[in-house]
Amino acid sequence: MVVNQLPHFPFLTVLVLLPAGGALAVALMVNVRRQVTEAVGIAVALATLGFAIATTVLMHTGDGGYQFVSKHVWAASIGVSWFVGVDGISIFLVLLAAVLFPIALAGARSRTDARPFIAWMLLLEAACIGSFISLDLILFFLFFELTLVPAYFIIANWGFARRAYAAVKFFVYTFLGSAFLLVGIVVLAFVHQHQTGVLTFSLPALEHTRLASSTGILLFLAFTAAFAVKAPLFPFHTWSPDAYTEAPAGGSMILSAVLAKLGTYGIIRFDLNLFPQASRTLGPLLLTLAVIGILYGALVACAQNDLKRLVAYSSLAQIGFIALGTFALTTEGLVGGVLLMVNHGLVTAGFFLLIGWIYERRGSWQVAELGGLQTPAPIMAAAFTVVMMASIGLPGLNGFVSEFLVLAGTFLVHRWWAVAATIGVVGAALYLLWAYQQAFHGKPSPSVAQTRDLGWNERIVIAPLLVLIVLLGVYPKPVIDRITPSVNRLVDRVEQVTNVRQPAVATHATPPARATNASAP
Amino acid sequence: MSRHLSEAAKHAHHAVTSNVIHVPSIRYLGILPVIVMLGGAVVLLGMSSLVKRPLRLRVATATTLIISLTAFGLAWWQWADVQSRGPYTTIDHAVVVDGLAVLITVLVTAAMALSALVAEGYLAREGIDGAELHVLAMVSAAGAILMAEANDLVIVFLGLEILSIALYVLTAFNHKRTESGEAALKYFVLGGFSSAVFVYGIALTYGATGTTNLTQIASFLSHNVLVHDGVLLAGMSLLLVGFAFKIAAVPFHMWTPDVYQGAPSPVTGFMAAVAKAGGFAAFLRVFVSSFGVLASDWRPIIYALAIVTLVVGAGLAVVQRDIKRMLAYSSINHAGFVLLGLQAATARGVSSALYYLFAYMFMVIGSFAVVTVMGRMGDADHDISSYRGLAKRQPLLALAFAVLLLAQAGVPFTTGFLTKFQVVIASVDGHSVPLAVVAMVSAAVAAFFYLRVTVLMYATSDEPSDGVPDAAPTVTPALVGAAGGGRTMWSGTDAAGETRTRLNAALLMEDDASAEPASDEVETTTETEEVTRIPVPVGAAVAIGICVAVTVVFGIIPAPLVDFAHRATLLFLP
Repeated sequence: MVVNQLPHFPFLTVLVLLPAGGALAVALMVNVRRQVTEAVGIAVALATLGFAIATTVLMHTGDGGYQFVSKHVWAASIGVSWFVGVDGISIFLVLLAAVLFPIALAGARSRTDARPFIAWMLLLEAACIGSFISLDLILFFLFFELTLVPAYFIIANWGFARRAYAAVKFFVYTFLGSAFLLVGIVVLAFVHQHQTGVLTFSLPALEHTRLASSTGILLFLAFTAAFAVKAPLFPFHTWSPDAYTEAPAGGSMILSAVLAKLGTYGIIRFDLNLFPQASRTLGPLLLTLAVIGILYGALVACAQNDLKRLVAYSSLAQIGFIALGTFALTTEGLVGGVLLMVNHGLVTAGFFLLIGWIYERRGSWQVAELGGLQTPAPIMAAAFTVVMMASIGLPGLNGFVSEFLVLAGTFLVHRWWAVAATIGVVGAALYLLWAYQQAFHGKPSPSVAQTRDLGWNERIVIAPLLVLIVLLGVYPKPVIDRITPSVNRLVDRVEQVTNVRQPAVATHATPPARATNASAP
Repeated sequence: MSRHLSEAAKHAHHAVTSNVIHVPSIRYLGILPVIVMLGGAVVLLGMSSLVKRPLRLRVATATTLIISLTAFGLAWWQWADVQSRGPYTTIDHAVVVDGLAVLITVLVTAAMALSALVAEGYLAREGIDGAELHVLAMVSAAGAILMAEANDLVIVFLGLEILSIALYVLTAFNHKRTESGEAALKYFVLGGFSSAVFVYGIALTYGATGTTNLTQIASFLSHNVLVHDGVLLAGMSLLLVGFAFKIAAVPFHMWTPDVYQGAPSPVTGFMAAVAKAGGFAAFLRVFVSSFGVLASDWRPIIYALAIVTLVVGAGLAVVQRDIKRMLAYSSINHAGFVLLGLQAATARGVSSALYYLFAYMFMVIGSFAVVTVMGRMGDADHDISSYRGLAKRQPLLALAFAVLLLAQAGVPFTTGFLTKFQVVIASVDGHSVPLAVVAMVSAAVAAFFYLRVTVLMYATSDEPSDGVPDAAPTVTPALVGAAGGGRTMWSGTDAAGETRTRLNAALLMEDDASAEPASDEVETTTETEEVTRIPVPVGAAVAIGICVAVTVVFGIIPAPLVDFAHRATLLFLP
């Protein structure tokens, strides 16, 4: 990689190489005290976070295009290059990953074999960030697939009772989806080659491929197969409750908060950019799946006695909201969708972190065996409440902002889908409050009464999450301002190709705080 | 006199002029690797018969290594020659030296060297002295090279037989194992049958085109239209069956699981790499080059063959409990992928197939090296349950095997991904998109059984082990003795040249009790149960290290190997 050719410091390349190098370094730290290994791992993750923040700060706010672009030929004869860049959509996912990995490393430490665990986590971070910044389709695919390996080992080695089953199911399911993605990418590149004579996998170049509508639809389906499994969207979700439940706390956090976003991000970045016409044509199908996911997720979550499975199904519903906002194809809906990706990441990471701590103390995450936790552990209960309220969508917390935007953006163009999805919001309140009541309220049994509350180090670890949840709920403007130009660019492109205009009212993502203020008496 | 004749005048039918016997000129560099391998085999055989006691194993292995590395070096010389001066034919156009032939020569000689390293530890463990295995393997390798260099159907057949007959014997090599004998007989009978079919195919092709020379067949077919092409198509089909048998394509794969299981493990790895390489090399040359103009006739057949091969290979591998049978079916699945490259019938297709064969060679020899080591005394311990918990006992070995298996599954940043990626590119380029989809879906099914082994290796032994006879503790000291004392285990002070493996391997190395004395209270307490380390001979360790290194390094830096395959072109492409 030639660095000096670049006008700027290669922030993005560093964002991938730093955790990858950290993973290698940690892997080689044989015969080093556990504490040192952990400190190195967290330090690397924090340094990555530093670079991610620096990148965000240095970005031009109003520019919707790709920034920090760097491109180097990697394997010329097969047309693959190291082509990376970020825009307002991907930068927040990079930030999300960069925020959550140090928290996961610090908050959900592995009891055994710390060194390989940290190494796999850092490799996973490199792969996740790599996927978010890739502008070459094959490079994206490489990172997208690479995430499977560390995730697989984290589930299989540090998971709970049925970890082997869950790990294999997760791997094979996702691998199967990716099979279609790879063929789809190659077909698209060849269609492009027939039109221009150049074999390339670069996203900006392939955007200009002219596709027959049937080809576009087939390719859209091939791409979406991979993303829908990864996200997971409704009928392709069956791996996720198993994987989320059997993974160790840190693994569940990353799986649901970051890895799942690869799917929804893939839909926004690749499906909408490459196949705008097909996205419009098949939009109602995807919207329907999203709504089914929202309702089904809420319904099944109501029936769970197991906190982890409950969060897994609530994630399914939340992912449904993201897909809803995406396929509404309005600025408002898409901004909401992108924002919800970040918010859902923060909330679900908080859930799994807290559930991990509950398990450490009680050896169970069955709500029935927890009853009355609030009395011995009030701070934990408070943290759980904040996270839960954010997930329910209480105004003032981050979940509300994004859900509002998604529903508003969808309502304008696909009214009945939005109406149906609103029922899911009610459902979320139902199952989360039920679970909270059972786990935290009531009179604690003698053994529960002995439960330790959160220690200082645990409070420090969860604090950033809670701060972000509140901050993004109260003042989401800086984030929305940066997302909007990129989303506008995307929506413009879709509209140009499909010749359908969104209603003028949907072109501005109105921060709901303002909206609520206006409607407040 | 022949020296004065210009190259152009030397056509086969001019070979015998009025009363002068025409002696074809020979460019010796072109056939030097074959000569070295065959001659080396004879030398080694001579050495072992001239000394009174059986030849020391180490001497035999060292000689084999020298011979195969010499041939390897010569192959690179050929490569430079072909790249600078272009491909050529020699010995009256019977032998061709082009990119494809040289790449396969490099592959086969490298495979020979790696297999010799693996076999050394195996022979020492089983207490088999002498050089016979090495001699037979070298002859077989020479046959494979000859198949790749053949520019005449008769030479293809010659190579095929040299390759096969040596392999029949190698399969039965360990006469203490009855299943080896059974497998060899099965292989021999079916192989002989397929050879007969192949010869009949040659005869019919000769009948239809009037020549057995591959270039002349191509030029005949491009200049003539056969009104009644029944004989030609029949000949082509029979040739196809012969090749399909050799490369183990479904439905001609019946011998594969039994032979892979029955043959001694190092031989299986060698067979999987070399027989496939030789078979595919000739398959590609005969079909893409000679029958290139008839591509519309044979491409649909290969299409169907590839689909069945992919699906059956992946599907049946899932239900295997014996690791060697599983790898046998997985090799069938891989053959299906290589068929994608052949089916494309383009330069891109050929180069993707060659890349596949080259990268697969390292994966499969490495995998069978691990299987050889894990087979323990008697080479019988191949139930996948014996891999349970390997990561706790021998983390480096487990990690190496995991890398090789995941690479075979097609995980990114290994050559395994690039193999699949390139054949998919070739297939899409050849407008066979559904075939590409089937292939990738079969890869997902295949991932399942590679992961199954990986899961077992990384399983902690808290579940009851399902009835594996644990005979190892009594065997281990004997093994170390048999291995000659000098062969170390995989420990902290390992052989050089595999730093890369250890780099990767360190990623998952558990802190075993001796390495890290009680630095952590939780970490080592549960692992006090008896662990039996399987000794890994130096040779096998080096071979596994090289295989893993190639698989990972060229997966991260793909350009050199990809370009190598891209420049390994056929002499003639319609």
